[in-house]
Amino acid sequence: MSADLKALRGSAAIAGVATFGCGEAPGFTDMELLARSAHAAVTDAGLKMSDIDGLCTASGGATMWAMPVAEYLGIRPRYIDSTMIGGSSFIAHLLPAMQALRSGQCKAVLVCYGSAQRTASFGRKEVVASRKFLDPQPYETPYEPMLPPSAYALAASRHMHEFGTTRRQLAEVAVAARAWAGLNPEAFMRDPLSIDDVLNARMISDPLSVRDCCLVTDGGGAYVLVSAERAKDLPRKPVYVLGNATAVWHRQISSMHDLTVTSATESGREAFAMAGLSAKDMDMAQLYDAFTINTLLFLEDLGFCKKGEAGAFVENGAIGPGGRLAVNTNGGGLSCVHPGMYGIFALIEAVRQLRGDAGERQLKNPNTAVAHGNGGTLSSQSTAVLGTADTL
Amino acid sequence: MTETSTPTGAQAHHQSVLDQGRFLIQHCPDCQKHVYFPRELCPHCGAAPLNWVAPTGHGTVYAVTTVRRKAEAGGDFNVCLVDLDEGVRLMSRVDNLAPQAVRIGQRVKARVQVNEGRGLVVFDAEKGDAA
Ligand SMILES: [Zn+2]
Repeated sequence: MSADLKALRGSAAIAGVATFGCGEAPGFTDMELLARSAHAAVTDAGLKMSDIDGLCTASGGATMWAMPVAEYLGIRPRYIDSTMIGGSSFIAHLLPAMQALRSGQCKAVLVCYGSAQRTASFGRKEVVASRKFLDPQPYETPYEPMLPPSAYALAASRHMHEFGTTRRQLAEVAVAARAWAGLNPEAFMRDPLSIDDVLNARMISDPLSVRDCCLVTDGGGAYVLVSAERAKDLPRKPVYVLGNATAVWHRQISSMHDLTVTSATESGREAFAMAGLSAKDMDMAQLYDAFTINTLLFLEDLGFCKKGEAGAFVENGAIGPGGRLAVNTNGGGLSCVHPGMYGIFALIEAVRQLRGDAGERQLKNPNTAVAHGNGGTLSSQSTAVLGTADTL
Repeated sequence: MTETSTPTGAQAHHQSVLDQGRFLIQHCPDCQKHVYFPRELCPHCGAAPLNWVAPTGHGTVYAVTTVRRKAEAGGDFNVCLVDLDEGVRLMSRVDNLAPQAVRIGQRVKARVQVNEGRGLVVFDAEKGDAA
């Protein structure tokens, strides 16, 4: 950890957040969901669109996405980042944006995302089909894995083999997410869910059933990052970025060295080092739960428990409401929202909790959070450590 | 069998050899590690070019899933990751067992299946290891 990176600790704050159209938003395009979220986040920050001079965005489809976004929003950013590493992108956008703010390159960075993949006519099925040509994986495609679920299923099979993790323990993750979703009016699936419901659900790619898999929804999300000094003069309680790091070790699941150890071990270690904190200091964990195995892997790799012990860690509702660790308090990608890429929503939920804006699911006076993003098939990992003013 | 220079990229060469029914992987002349999937330089040490070598074909199932598919579309099938004894991993399937019978740790042997002129590496569980 370099001194320069440590000096960035707490130098920037999230001043505004918003979501729009989470669940189903028929009649909206990706861009429209993004724009409504962006405008609401900028307004939440007490700013105007004309104050935005930094832009970070990425798309699961359009390869030059930052350009139409700038055009649509009518902004001319002095700082732009459209790094696309899947669902972790919007957490990975933090650190370069902090550096841009610190250097004076820009003064207010808008990070934004929108996807209508549930209701759009060109939806998930078509995106998956087109990726075979635009983003080929010639050494996996001939075997017809159902991607991404089969990649995560392979990781789950290995975790079960090495550590005795059970399908019931995986189901605990889905059940906890649903219990939190029940407290969140924005969550798409809120009906009670039992362990048996998960175990008896239709199998997708063994050992994962449909209830081990994230939702396919519409939704947009955005946040605004400004310098810590500026954040003090804005209306909302600032949420400071204490640490952020990103790690990518592979693309294809067949290239992952050890299917039970993700590069979250590296992104987590670096982000916590920058923050000067560790997992035990966290009041909550917002983890990219595209599949139930993700939550187990990230609890281990970020240091909430030892490798192989996450199955036992989550038993008996331990990560649900009232449990030992609050995880995915919005209901996560499993039960709240998952429009293609979920990362920005994990971060937004952490901010809402740290500001005390989380309504019925609000934790009691939290000061710290880890928001963790994942992209591809366990391929990219980005960890953010966030805190209130008390943590500075 | 060792070939160093090929007139095409690694991907096309690998496939054209497969289409002839042969399975080749790569070997690094500098760090002596095997490489798969095929590429133009060694991902371990950066050296190039890599040599093409025939693996023994023996391997062990590292991870396994049964992809569920409707019966009318062909039914459930196996997808697995196999570690070859040479130390490389590839996605494939075990072809001579029911999908649910494929087990992590099972010993398997590679076979090139050529369909309509296109070769694909699949595996069979070795005799006595059809767990
Ligand atoms: Zn080498």
